[in-house]
Amino acid sequence: MDDPRKGTNYGEAILAAYEYLLATYPKVFTLGQGLWSPWYVGNSMTNLDKKFGQARVIDTPISELSTTGMAIGASLLGYRPIIVYPRMDFMILAMDQIVNQAAKWRHMLGGQSHAPVTFRSIINRGGEQGAQHSQALHAWFAHVPGLRVVMPYTVQDARDLLIAAVLCDDPVMYIDDRWLYGNVIDALPPVTELRLVDQRPEVRRVGKDVTLVAASFSVHLAMQAAAALEPEGIACEVIDLRVINPLDVAPVVASVAKTGRLCAIDGGWRTCGLAGEVIAAVVERLPVSVLQAPPRRLTLPDAPAPSSKPLEELYYTTVAQVAQTARELCAMRRVG
Amino acid sequence: MPEPVVSPEPLPTPFASELGSLADPGRHHAPLEIAGEDPRGLLDALRRMVLIRLCEQAIATLVGSGEVKCPCHLGVGQEAIAVGVVKHLTARDHVFSAHRSHAHFLALVDDPALLLHEVFGKATGSSRGMGGSQHLIAADKGFTGSNPIVGGVVPVAVGAALGNKMDRQGNVAVVFFGDGASEEGGLHECLNLAANFVLPLLFVCENNFYASQMDICLRQPSDRISRFAEAHHVPVRVVDGNDLVAVSHAAGELIAEARRSGRPGFLEATTYRWLGHVGHREDIDVGIKRKLDDLVQWKQRDPIARLRQALQTTGHLTPGAFAAMQQEIQARIDQEVAAARSAPYPDPAVLLDYVYCQGGS
Repeated sequence: MDDPRKGTNYGEAILAAYEYLLATYPKVFTLGQGLWSPWYVGNSMTNLDKKFGQARVIDTPISELSTTGMAIGASLLGYRPIIVYPRMDFMILAMDQIVNQAAKWRHMLGGQSHAPVTFRSIINRGGEQGAQHSQALHAWFAHVPGLRVVMPYTVQDARDLLIAAVLCDDPVMYIDDRWLYGNVIDALPPVTELRLVDQRPEVRRVGKDVTLVAASFSVHLAMQAAAALEPEGIACEVIDLRVINPLDVAPVVASVAKTGRLCAIDGGWRTCGLAGEVIAAVVERLPVSVLQAPPRRLTLPDAPAPSSKPLEELYYTTVAQVAQTARELCAMRRVG
Repeated sequence: MPEPVVSPEPLPTPFASELGSLADPGRHHAPLEIAGEDPRGLLDALRRMVLIRLCEQAIATLVGSGEVKCPCHLGVGQEAIAVGVVKHLTARDHVFSAHRSHAHFLALVDDPALLLHEVFGKATGSSRGMGGSQHLIAADKGFTGSNPIVGGVVPVAVGAALGNKMDRQGNVAVVFFGDGASEEGGLHECLNLAANFVLPLLFVCENNFYASQMDICLRQPSDRISRFAEAHHVPVRVVDGNDLVAVSHAAGELIAEARRSGRPGFLEATTYRWLGHVGHREDIDVGIKRKLDDLVQWKQRDPIARLRQALQTTGHLTPGAFAAMQQEIQARIDQEVAAARSAPYPDPAVLLDYVYCQGGS
């Protein structure tokens, strides 16, 4: 890992987004548990309460359901709240408000009202934290029409997609991953506001042999695997999805049309997950003759996160597994 | 031979009524006490209550005939609470409601067209045909939204109250819900949030003693829902919800306090629905049946008849004028039912277009 004192890391990029939003837009405020002593959220919210005041950086009681409703209700009046869940697992207590209220508000009221609220949830796992402190539930939320779901991988996206999420008129689930907080870039360029609706998957590495598709930390795994495979003569194309709902698979389809091989990597569970969705969406859009090998997916096994260290090492996908899967795909060629 | 194991009889649900005469269907049948009240205000309230009553009865007929198919939770018998609260609000306040929301909507909107078109699922309805009975909006009148997840809209109302507080314009939020919603955990969180953050929010509990088919005596140890508000230090008023004057005074005080100091309030208003939980029939509730005697007696506590009699006894209303008022409202309803029948359904494109504000699907 790079020296965090040089450049800007992922957590600091999120902090920069908050500072930009709170300084630029008076209707933006943020709320959640622990925001006046934000050690739960790494370096991503340090001193915001001191800079912008405790009326706009609101520390709340332990009431996920109702504080979430509180953010939604304020958004209906034109505010742009960011509600923070330092650990995604606890957000499940707010499911009714996110899924039944925010995501459906506009549709069920005939497009006459909308909830421009941002749910910022954090995937925070490893370190023997176990089943209820480790989950990556993005696929659940991506299943819900009306809820945009954003998963930044790059340091710049960590800042720019949070700003885009808050400026978007729809409810947005912004998910960052603590395992990315150490990633650094030399210097963040000045903010350019992006329209979230225009954001598409990005090709992070160009290659001709196999397409690796992922979001968030799984892109990090794919990039490392791609670097490891280069000396072996395997050229991986790595696609960072960035926005997983609505999911734009066109860039993935274009890539697989070129490489003929697809591996989807996801930090969530296998069944009904993001990796399966990517594979299905690609396969149904390509003629069967294009594929050189059956697509593969790398996901968590369908089990809760264990606590014990050796089991944890078995549980999470590694760079070596991604590289090996890519090798196996590249060893296959369509016959006939 | 071993003795057979016999389960002990289950203990009865411990229940004690704490509402006194407010929960007694045999009481409060007399005409309202209206000395000192503004008769014009009362006549306007009566007219709105009749609008609600006749509109709900028209919808019941349409549900019965099968013409209206969406689930309709009708509020016949509960009209005074909506009208008594809403008269203290402006279009800049924010009102939320749940599944039984027609009365609140009509009290604010004061016209049957948008609701009638909506229950027909037509593009000319309040939610452009996307909501049906259960999802209503009239933002320009202050009706911010209703939906049928029990207790689900209460946290959203807390957020509107937070927005009102940040706006510093003296506007308030009001949320209507039933006694059943007090069994959802979210309501208790919301009472704490409203008290803790000092939010200008009026909680209005329409306590009709039934959650769907279940009598409150089988659900809670007490029938007094406002005890939960007291536990969170939210000021409480408990009134006969079929007494327009009592509702109006209590709501007026709590709303004025919310505007002045930003503090929340809790109004518990006892009432009774004349129809089943959903649909057009009195006896539709499945499972544990309501007592017929109770229904007959509650109809004697009719909020409309009690106000009408008071206005007639004091010479502010004649039977002829009341009949004319009813006929005029009925004609307006009939006109809109006919218009709704021939109005267009939503364009198929909106199925996807309404999902996101821009682009998306």
